[in-house]
Amino acid sequence: MFGVHERFDVPRPPAVLMKGSTAGSRRGRRAVIAKKSGAAATSDTVVMTELLVLIAQHRDKDAFSRLFAHYAPRIKSYLMRQGANQASAEELSQEAMVSVWRKADRFDPTKASAGTWIFTVARNLRIDALRKERRPNFDPEDPAFVPEAETSPDRAVEVGETQVKIKAAIAELPEEQAEVIRLSFYQDKPHGEIAEELDLPLGTVKSRLRLAMRRLRLALGEEQ
Amino acid sequence: MNASHHPSDDLLWSYAAGSLDEPSSILIATHLSLCPACRAVVAKAEGMGGELFENSGTADIDAGSLDAVLARLDETEEAPRIALETVGEEAESVSVPRPLKDYLPGSIPSLSWRWLGPGVHYTAIKTEARGPKVGLLRIAPGTKVPMHGHSGNEMTMVLAGGYTDATGNYQRGDVEAADDGLVHQPVADAGEECLCLVVTEGELQPTGMIAKVLQPFFRF
Repeated sequence: MFGVHERFDVPRPPAVLMKGSTAGSRRGRRAVIAKKSGAAATSDTVVMTELLVLIAQHRDKDAFSRLFAHYAPRIKSYLMRQGANQASAEELSQEAMVSVWRKADRFDPTKASAGTWIFTVARNLRIDALRKERRPNFDPEDPAFVPEAETSPDRAVEVGETQVKIKAAIAELPEEQAEVIRLSFYQDKPHGEIAEELDLPLGTVKSRLRLAMRRLRLALGEEQ
Repeated sequence: MNASHHPSDDLLWSYAAGSLDEPSSILIATHLSLCPACRAVVAKAEGMGGELFENSGTADIDAGSLDAVLARLDETEEAPRIALETVGEEAESVSVPRPLKDYLPGSIPSLSWRWLGPGVHYTAIKTEARGPKVGLLRIAPGTKVPMHGHSGNEMTMVLAGGYTDATGNYQRGDVEAADDGLVHQPVADAGEECLCLVVTEGELQPTGMIAKVLQPFFRF
């Protein structure tokens, strides 16, 4: 399913996010970029994030249509890989995009890219619909919630940079590590079943995951 | 105070991927409510998931799909989430994070607690899911929980009070994972009742004399 021909794109820096010096000017420029790129939606993280912000702030249906063109086929593909048949994947993809519209105001560009956030929406819907289980999630509004000690003012910039680093790190993973990561994220399988499928000891699967995580942390500059 | 014993990256990543079973996810989400450091790990794993999601292929959507969705956008939206329940709030002595609270039928004292042994009570938490069992354990201050081993994995997270075993001291937010090798004898800290969220895969295996007597009770 995941052949070598499916290489990941070469990372592209989110120029707009990286140039901005103040929140105000950055927002202004991002809006311009989003309009300029027209109907041919690119996979540019920055453009998609900007579209989602337009949807949240202005209930912009044109922005939504462009976001739909980019993500609905990805959500459907994700659900089919998770075992949904074509009809139910279609129905659930539509459901997920309605959710994206309704929950857009909960999207926080300082915490995640559009693609990452929409992945979590699709993931939660999948657990609910395909696995028929609830998805326990933490809630920042919860009185018991312990917030971060500090938030950096340039978090949106960091999110863009982090996403580029993650992309580069994935592209450089040895195939055996990339494989367990893909199986873990793309098939609803516990690590034990992945081990069975690959005919590997569970310890090997776990150590490959650990190695992949370590590489990711190194790429994000967390370990020396 | 932030937690100092954390769940393994393996569990955090499974939670981010959405492949972790529901009972374990309750514990992880409860820990995440209290632990900014682990939320950062999950955010990165989700970033990885998002990247794969962007680049792992597309499936053709039906011709009328966008129109069908656009037609639904102006429908009345689902009712806004109601504020946290206040029922039983005054009786609550422990601040219970929402991912756990959502599963409890009432306040901690009002749950139907089952006596497991001197100073030890347990209540099961109901889920629709197959997989491990999840429940709450109340241990009176200073109580020694009988020495026991594990036939499967066990995860414990402290919600109130604390306990100590050979691996260290555990306070609110701390998570201890015991695999089938570990034999331990947790002792609740003095002064305050220890309340723990426990996820168990296999049966606990009592090893001491008293524990053997108590064995029937230890089958959660």
